[in-house]
Amino acid sequence: MKKLINAPERAVEEALAGMARAHGDLLRVHFDPTFVVRADAPQPGKVGIVSGGGSGHEPMHAGFVGAGMLDAACPGAFFTSPTPDQMVAAAKAVDGGAGVLFIVKNYTGDVMNFEIAAEFCAAEGIQVESVIVNDDVAVQNSLYTAGRRGVGTTVLAEKICGAAAEEGQSLAQVAELCRAVNGNGRSMGMALTSCIVPAVGRPTFAIGEAEMEIGVGIHGEPGRERMMLQSADEITDILAATIFDDLPFQRGSQVIAMVNGMGGTPLVELYIVFRRLAELCDARGVIIARNLIGNYITSLEMAGCSITLLDVGDELLRLWDAPVRTAALHW
Amino acid sequence: MIQKSTLIDWITIYAQEISTNKEQLTALDAAIGDADHGINMDRGFTEVMQRMPSLREQDIGSFFKGVGMTLLSKVGGASGPLYGTLFLRMGMASGGKEELSLTELAAQLSAGVDGIRQRGSARPGDKTMIDALAPAIAALQEAADAGQETCQALEAAAAAAEAGMKATIPMQASKGRASYLGPRSIGHQDPGATSAWLLIKAAAQAACSAQ
Repeated sequence: MKKLINAPERAVEEALAGMARAHGDLLRVHFDPTFVVRADAPQPGKVGIVSGGGSGHEPMHAGFVGAGMLDAACPGAFFTSPTPDQMVAAAKAVDGGAGVLFIVKNYTGDVMNFEIAAEFCAAEGIQVESVIVNDDVAVQNSLYTAGRRGVGTTVLAEKICGAAAEEGQSLAQVAELCRAVNGNGRSMGMALTSCIVPAVGRPTFAIGEAEMEIGVGIHGEPGRERMMLQSADEITDILAATIFDDLPFQRGSQVIAMVNGMGGTPLVELYIVFRRLAELCDARGVIIARNLIGNYITSLEMAGCSITLLDVGDELLRLWDAPVRTAALHW
Repeated sequence: MIQKSTLIDWITIYAQEISTNKEQLTALDAAIGDADHGINMDRGFTEVMQRMPSLREQDIGSFFKGVGMTLLSKVGGASGPLYGTLFLRMGMASGGKEELSLTELAAQLSAGVDGIRQRGSARPGDKTMIDALAPAIAALQEAADAGQETCQALEAAAAAAEAGMKATIPMQASKGRASYLGPRSIGHQDPGATSAWLLIKAAAQAACSAQ
């Protein structure tokens, strides 16, 4: 294992300390329990938005803490859900009297820990709503699995809900909006390589030079199917076809299109994928109203990408365009 | 009767077992999950052992609750809430006691396992820790009803847990991260069922050496 770390067990903490120094104008980092909070929290009268998950997906979630997006993020150990005490402390730190929204990616650990945290918050009189994001179309059978995973749509939901909270929408409204974004977003990912969890020191799975894994989540886990490696266009076709058919996206619909890198794929390749995705959207009459291309929800140094399409109306576009000021997303 | 010191030994032995088997648990998890089960459990039980000097001074109910809260706050992932819930429920069921009968221990473990089922909504056959724990509880209760000694009864429970753990190998997972693999999860032993077997085995070891 070759990594820029000092010690696996200190990696998350040291990275957060670095973030705190780099972005002191945007956020503060609290340790024991660990959470990252907007520098000017709590905002009186504003719904607080809290998310969290295992580390190794950077910039998600701590990179999205700031005005117009998340009020707090709870980072866990690598690929491991954070714990309820972190979530409760974060909720207390951001509660400005209008309640707190938990945005939770659908993974067994994340869901259970946030559920326990919501129970603890309720016991302490903090109003909490939770919305579970489950947009991964790679998971076909939700009845005999833990359900669709939460992936790319989470980034878009955090931006859009952050904007709604910033303009004073109520907890019920922001939660409803989050459910609507989740309902209209679909993602699918693929991997060219596995990744190495620092404490493990070896790749999570073995994959041959001529192979790829289609339908992966964001934890270096094996995906839906192992296939022979194909060209960027063919890979884009496979990912996009599954997404298009799932919602389904209609001719004339507007979308926010995200081409996301898994951490080990250069931007130049992501643009090649986006180019093909745009051709496919054109051919189907799907209008790419906005796009986001880069590494936003990653899986350590895994090479690969995911595509997310979010069907949006003018109201969601307005919230998407609203100002945001975070370490990873700002306009 | 089972003394509090035996229960402290149980947790101490289990913490050692987790530490010894950390790599194996993580390797099982790498095959069908995300390669962190051994690491997370070890982090939790290392913290439990650090807090042991104060935990051991408390009654059995508070002792188990303390173990549960420590796991809940230090483990994360899916195993934190599940093992945390197990010990919290055991603690709630054991009031302010200083010793337990075998029947009481069986009832408390059973309450703990019910808590796991509710939190994780897993059923037998889903390829989870329940597949080791449910037969262990059944064997323990049967042995207690038959008037067996604690050591024998827990050894029977550990054997049932081991059989249940091995039975997860041909199962297709339908809960947790392994469920995403579909048929590819078949042929692998479930890491949660493995750590659950170690838990019951540690209980038998503590009880038998206390005799």
